[in-house]
Amino acid sequence: MVLMKWRRIFPLVALLVLGACAGTAPSPTAPPAALSTTLPGPTPARPEILLATTTSTQDSGLLDVLLPDFQQRTGYHVKPIAVGSGQALTMGQQGNADVLLVHSPDAEAAFMQTGAGVDRRLIMHNDFVIIGPAADPAQVRGRAAVPALQAIAARGATWVSRDDKSGTNALELKLWQAALGRNPHQEGWYVSTGQGMGATLNITNERQAYTLSDRATYLAFSDKITLPILVEKDPLLLNIYHVIQVNPAKWPQVNVAGAQAFADYLVSPAAQQLIGSFGQEKYHQALFVPDAGKSEDTLGR
Amino acid sequence: MDIIWQGLVQAVELLVGGDAQVWGIVGLSLLVSGTATAISTALGVPLGLALALGRFPARTGVISVVNSGMGLPPVVVGLGLSLLLWRTGPLGGLHLLYTPGAMVLAQVLLALPLVAGLTLAAVQQLDPRLRLQILALGATRGQLARLLLREIRGPLLGAVMAGFGAVISEVGASLMVGGNILGETRVLTTATVLATGRGEFDVAIALSTILLGLTFLVAGGLTWLQQRGPHLDE
Repeated sequence: MVLMKWRRIFPLVALLVLGACAGTAPSPTAPPAALSTTLPGPTPARPEILLATTTSTQDSGLLDVLLPDFQQRTGYHVKPIAVGSGQALTMGQQGNADVLLVHSPDAEAAFMQTGAGVDRRLIMHNDFVIIGPAADPAQVRGRAAVPALQAIAARGATWVSRDDKSGTNALELKLWQAALGRNPHQEGWYVSTGQGMGATLNITNERQAYTLSDRATYLAFSDKITLPILVEKDPLLLNIYHVIQVNPAKWPQVNVAGAQAFADYLVSPAAQQLIGSFGQEKYHQALFVPDAGKSEDTLGR
Repeated sequence: MDIIWQGLVQAVELLVGGDAQVWGIVGLSLLVSGTATAISTALGVPLGLALALGRFPARTGVISVVNSGMGLPPVVVGLGLSLLLWRTGPLGGLHLLYTPGAMVLAQVLLALPLVAGLTLAAVQQLDPRLRLQILALGATRGQLARLLLREIRGPLLGAVMAGFGAVISEVGASLMVGGNILGETRVLTTATVLATGRGEFDVAIALSTILLGLTFLVAGGLTWLQQRGPHLDE
């Protein structure tokens, strides 16, 4: 009797579970109805591309402009996973992404040396700025980046670090290395947030401290914080973005054709034009400079 | 204070103006968390009942696992599932990572122990003589289960509310296994994190307001069911 009851109930429960899962998990070949209207023409054999990228491309809104255009032109469907550059490179290292859009040149070079990536190409750049309290207790206004950091350390003025292995954090540590020959993370004036740029800007503002920010995120926050730009236009403060395809020879799961198509799109005139005009409307200045085909050494000159 | 007011005004505008993106996010939040709650209820209630009534070896051990599961941190679930579901992970062949299916799975892991644990506690609160009496009247085990569930339907709805409340408000696991992809896996909590990161505090406040309203509506509906229940049989 008991068994009979269970025989009747169990298939019901099983059906419910399976039905619910099937209903909510869109199969990779069939994009959700809302998206399919933007996909004309033939669908590629493997339409889904996993893009590991930095938070700045998402937080600035650049991806919202580029991805729909790419998808409309090619029929591919990009899944952007926005994480720090460090994590994006790790995802590539372990074959858990198809293509990377990152801004951490030294870490990228190491990544390429291990053979994890192929065809690293320059896409665009913008720049970093050092911001701080208007009163500027460490007197860094107008200086170059390295002397500015030395002055902040000498004064013991509060410095806020992202400390999250992002591209911004990597550059910050490189600058400290140049300024002091060491990482000052144990100093009392060194505050580590472990968070993204936006949260770090807010904390820096509350503490009236100094920090390093990419210009795009700073502009997005400029009406919410009172800290002015104190150091800028130093060649060391360039923020350079590359696209890297994950090596399919190492990871057979990689969507080779998709990664290639996306990387090719980013250096195409159409995408470069979109990148160059992005931000004009909202901030009255471009947030990124398109650089496809240029040599990295010529940037910022 | 201005920014809070702006956020509230914007919440109303987004909803009334029929902003397709926001409605999509609201819909997905309800779909994912609703499905996860339904599955957790379908599995958790029988499990709680079995743990309350059954006598088998390692029962205390299983109950301890369920009870600790009630405090399972969402980020731990998110990390564990990510490692399993990664393309190169042991379950990578399922292609579940960064889909709503993965989010449902994560939320089931969070809500199931809550539903099972609260069901178990409710059954154990009942007078043991009730069970003896029902069995003495010749009830089968199925009939016994049904009668006991009827007795605890108030706490049972409470268990469902606790499960739903836990998963609709959870952000750590959804962010990690969903990826916060627009139009696919962006739900109210992950969209709020993104808006805050972008410095769009008015949007963040608007989304939070919608989330609170939604939670209130669902909890209110269940509370209404719960409070009206006992009077039906009289």
